[in-house]
Amino acid sequence: MPLGFTAIYWRDMIKFARSKAMIFLSLLQPVLWLVFYGISMSNNTGLFFAGTSVAPPDAITVSYMTFITSGVIGMTILFTCLYSGQNLQFDKQYGLMKTIVVSPMPRSQILIGTTLSGITKCLIQTTIITLFGYILGAQLFAGFLLSNIITSAIGLILFSILFSAGLMFLSNMIGLKVNNHDVSQAIMALLTLPLFFASNALYPAETLPFTMKLLCYVNPLAYFIDSVRYFTIGPNFYAFGFNYQIGLEGLLSSFIALGIFALVMFVLAIFVIKNIRDF
Amino acid sequence: MKDAIINVEGLSHSYGKTVAVDNIYFHVEEGQIFSFLGPNGAGKTTTINLLITLLRIQKGQITISGVNVAKNPDAVRRNIGVVFQDHRLDRDLTIWETLEFHGKIHSLPKETRRQRITELLNIVELGDKRNAFIKNLSGGMKRSVEIARGLLVHPKVLFLDEPTIGLDTKARQRIWHYIKQINREENVTVFLTTHYMDEADQYSHEICIIDKGKIMANGSSSSLKNAIGKDIYHIKTTDDLKASQILANLPEISHVEKNSNGLLLYLKNNELSASKLVKSLTIHQIKLGNLNLLKPTLDDVFIYYTGRKIDSTVDA
Repeated sequence: MPLGFTAIYWRDMIKFARSKAMIFLSLLQPVLWLVFYGISMSNNTGLFFAGTSVAPPDAITVSYMTFITSGVIGMTILFTCLYSGQNLQFDKQYGLMKTIVVSPMPRSQILIGTTLSGITKCLIQTTIITLFGYILGAQLFAGFLLSNIITSAIGLILFSILFSAGLMFLSNMIGLKVNNHDVSQAIMALLTLPLFFASNALYPAETLPFTMKLLCYVNPLAYFIDSVRYFTIGPNFYAFGFNYQIGLEGLLSSFIALGIFALVMFVLAIFVIKNIRDF
Repeated sequence: MKDAIINVEGLSHSYGKTVAVDNIYFHVEEGQIFSFLGPNGAGKTTTINLLITLLRIQKGQITISGVNVAKNPDAVRRNIGVVFQDHRLDRDLTIWETLEFHGKIHSLPKETRRQRITELLNIVELGDKRNAFIKNLSGGMKRSVEIARGLLVHPKVLFLDEPTIGLDTKARQRIWHYIKQINREENVTVFLTTHYMDEADQYSHEICIIDKGKIMANGSSSSLKNAIGKDIYHIKTTDDLKASQILANLPEISHVEKNSNGLLLYLKNNELSASKLVKSLTIHQIKLGNLNLLKPTLDDVFIYYTGRKIDSTVDA
């Protein structure tokens, strides 16, 4: 088995660990969302939904901060992964890619290495945001037994890996295909905005207009956030004036959707890297 | 004759309608330093990119160490080391990390890898700088790191695309010292492109002149110079101005050039004897102060084959 991907992974992680400012800034954004948006919205949700509906007795009622911590985790992974694709673009721009592709290492190893480093970064960020959400009063894993917390954490890690892998394949593909830094920036911005807002990150997707709801159905971010809520809050809860019944079926459909997303992106990205000519 | 380690037959390459390489044939013998000499845009980099499997071969055939490049690029990649024209290094890694990274990419086992890196850093005199960041190195040091990187896997052929471009004289000499050393001690065949005449002349066993995608001449430096065969007289007289007018009319002389030290007489063939030269001047009461017979330089060879000086096209 070729182990060239370990070299790529090792290099990415060295550079990541060294860029302390980058680590700080990449964590600052989600924290700012939680602090500014989370806290100010938390003080308003009661006002919005006073008397609109009543929490069903079998559902746990959770605060808005609890609700959007999951959304912010999804958003952070989305942003981190999509912008990571630019690393390959820089490798191409500075000619480093040429030094790699004249080696006998299969090109797919480049893809695997960068994807694994992207996943690692996302897992670190997810952990930190979860802790921070907790500090800000999000009721995560509330009322869980220790064994439940452990299985939930494992589930959270597995789904995060699946989601960030799909995103890393997608962003690497863009990084390899687009040679202009400004253009790829614009593409990323164009992708992140609709993916973020046509999802259940900040509000329930069920209340979205029809076309946005359709977008939500093919949006991997929405499926991922569902799974995060399943693991951190529970299968049946009430927030933002709405009763969420994700259940095991919801978790399973998230798994299938994210699996298909990762697989399709993997196949496409392998195709792109094998056929690219202008290193 | 030794075996050819690189064999190129009928190689052509074009970008759209622009023909970069036009039906070239050449071979490189094992253990040699082979210079591919030509002005910018002559097709040097295209040829090197075809040799190192970066470009897909459109027409013709290349074998390196007996392996067909088009059919088995991965096997070729195991046999070659490459140093590219511009610095291609990760600024944010140290020297050691850069070499470790490439050793890992080539799946060198840990012990072999570390031993080899230490060995190569000693050759290029960077052993004490192993933890320095690439971004803090001089151009010459960066080049040395790249040469070490190219040699990590004990390649059979080391390709160097303009290895000394942009370096000062001292750094150039040092780089050449390393190249010669590894050529001699590790028996690595060196294939390099350059537009520095003096370097090609001084260091390579074999020179191939390429211009406008075509091979103009091929051979050792001395054989190339002998082949054009025309000598040059360098003279100093009591009246250079008058002398140049008189000598320009001699049938054996193709043209006369004046420089600060006297006159350069380019001969059409080598049949003008010194005595005849002296005689034709003394008739006009001009005394000869100095007379030197110059052998042609590689510059002259280049002008002979391409009709122009290499330097005039360097920055074009």
